[in-house]
Amino acid sequence: MSAPLQEEPISDTRSAEIVQTQFVDLFQSPNVLKFANGETLSPVRVAYETYGTLNSDASNAIFICHALTGDAHAAGIHSTTDRKPGWWDNFIGPGKGIDTSKYFVICANVLGGCQGTTGPGCVNPETGKRFCLTFPFLTIRDVVTVHSELVRHLGIRQLLAVVGGSLGGMQVLEWAILFPDQLKAAVVLASAPNLSAQGIAFNAVGRRAIYADPGFANGDYYDSEGPRYGLALARMVAHITYLSEDSIELKFGRRLQDSDQFAFSMQKETEFQIESYLHYQGKRFVQRFDANSYLYLTRMMDYFDLAEGFASLEAALAQTKARFLVASYDTDWLFPTSQSRELVSALLHVRRHVSFVELRCPFGHDSFLIDIDPLAALVSPFLDRAFDAASV
Amino acid sequence: MPNSNRYQMPDPSIQLTDELIMRHIDRGSRVIDLGCGDGRLMQRLHDEIGCDVMGVEVEQSNIVAVIERGLPAIACDLNEGLVDIPNNSFDFAVLSQTLQQVRNPKRLLLEMLRVAKRALVVVPNFGHWRVRLEVLRRGRTPITQTLPYEWYETPNLHFMSMRDFRDLMDGIGLRIVKESPIIKGRSVDQLLGANLRADSAFYLLERDPTRQITDAADLPKR
Repeated sequence: MSAPLQEEPISDTRSAEIVQTQFVDLFQSPNVLKFANGETLSPVRVAYETYGTLNSDASNAIFICHALTGDAHAAGIHSTTDRKPGWWDNFIGPGKGIDTSKYFVICANVLGGCQGTTGPGCVNPETGKRFCLTFPFLTIRDVVTVHSELVRHLGIRQLLAVVGGSLGGMQVLEWAILFPDQLKAAVVLASAPNLSAQGIAFNAVGRRAIYADPGFANGDYYDSEGPRYGLALARMVAHITYLSEDSIELKFGRRLQDSDQFAFSMQKETEFQIESYLHYQGKRFVQRFDANSYLYLTRMMDYFDLAEGFASLEAALAQTKARFLVASYDTDWLFPTSQSRELVSALLHVRRHVSFVELRCPFGHDSFLIDIDPLAALVSPFLDRAFDAASV
Repeated sequence: MPNSNRYQMPDPSIQLTDELIMRHIDRGSRVIDLGCGDGRLMQRLHDEIGCDVMGVEVEQSNIVAVIERGLPAIACDLNEGLVDIPNNSFDFAVLSQTLQQVRNPKRLLLEMLRVAKRALVVVPNFGHWRVRLEVLRRGRTPITQTLPYEWYETPNLHFMSMRDFRDLMDGIGLRIVKESPIIKGRSVDQLLGANLRADSAFYLLERDPTRQITDAADLPKR
């Protein structure tokens, strides 16, 4: 996941609601969090935000799962001076695709992240030192276990829906098989039941860039600058995978950054606009993201395989009870339509209620964050009908 | 524009084909509606006879319309076959007034009976005497009432008669369980000289149990 293209107009913050990130410590001893690999953690601090109002029978709650580098701040603004609203503000709000005048929406930072929820950059209460690479090895199952506990903590027995794109969509799928009774509906956008070899390849390059940075210091870098060049490079590579040939061509083409002539100089690092843009993305990312979290979360994404522990993908999906909405994008080559189709086919095999659309949009994998109107047209009636069905 | 005194094959009304199809579907069965449009028939199957329904559509606006009914639909171009639909996952597959418009009707029919035990199709009968007369007398290709397109822009790619249809069924090992000629907006069980007189026909098809199921992968690609 990434921010929309640089020149993309920022949505109007004037109408945005002021929200606050909240924190809760879950998994207090003795109910420690058990990771899939057997390690334990207690307590787990979770950063989350909510929008809208929970109804009297707590039947209108929707959980938003963020993607790789997202956070709990999905919608609204934190203060009137904020330049930018939450990362999915164009989709979540009063009268929007996920209508907060009808629904109560929750978004939480993932376990292992670096935006308020416990992760490798936090202090280990047992040692008094930061976890760094001693943080337990993380899977999507562990992330979903924490989300699920948060939902229980908020007094919600069953969610109307869990919604997510990309890595968020993987969480939705995991949730649907791990806690099938906790959700009525599942919305899986630009996602897949596992990451393609091509996706793993790009993650591998990103991690290598971090490891190879002398500032990485085996993950124990919090007293220094850290692997900022490596992390920026990781982001540059990853960012390309979120775009498409069309969107890069459309936005930048072969245009030069600040001249209409080549400089013919090896000193000039950003000759083309696309170069400048990627550098900018890398630089900005370093300011807001922790390299250790990036390592943990990309590895978690590589390892994810919904079918793992089951005889087949179909057998995994046989655990689910939710109705599904699956959407892919025609220009997304990181999570191609073929992977969504594979998912849909397996859902049909186990006779689940599933709708599927391949949306047309030039913005590649990032389309689910940018091209909101067609997405809203799809998701909004899906949620409304799931809500109607739930309240019968 | 087609000239007014040219013969136009009447299309059976939606009402008639819906009724015909509903009559042959068992209560509570699993039904896949190919080219489901806005989900009108799906809704009736679901509400009136408790079917578990799914739609297949190429138009996104139609899929949204189906979702608005609270029913499921998936995007799929019938010209590409039904590759995402697992074998034997439905009791009935429905295809109304579309077979003549797909690129490879034979492949789609086989696909329908791969994914479902039985198939229901409504097809125009280009063996109708007025069509024959038109060709013989004026040397003009037939057009249909609701699709009054000229040959160069018609979505009707294939002109088959009831006799042609039966031949194909024999050839690909599909059994015609029921054939109902449709004449002047009514379906009839028996019609003398049906291939001359019927403007459309309804078929209920099933797999020949002695033949093996054909996998999607085995079918010829476009």
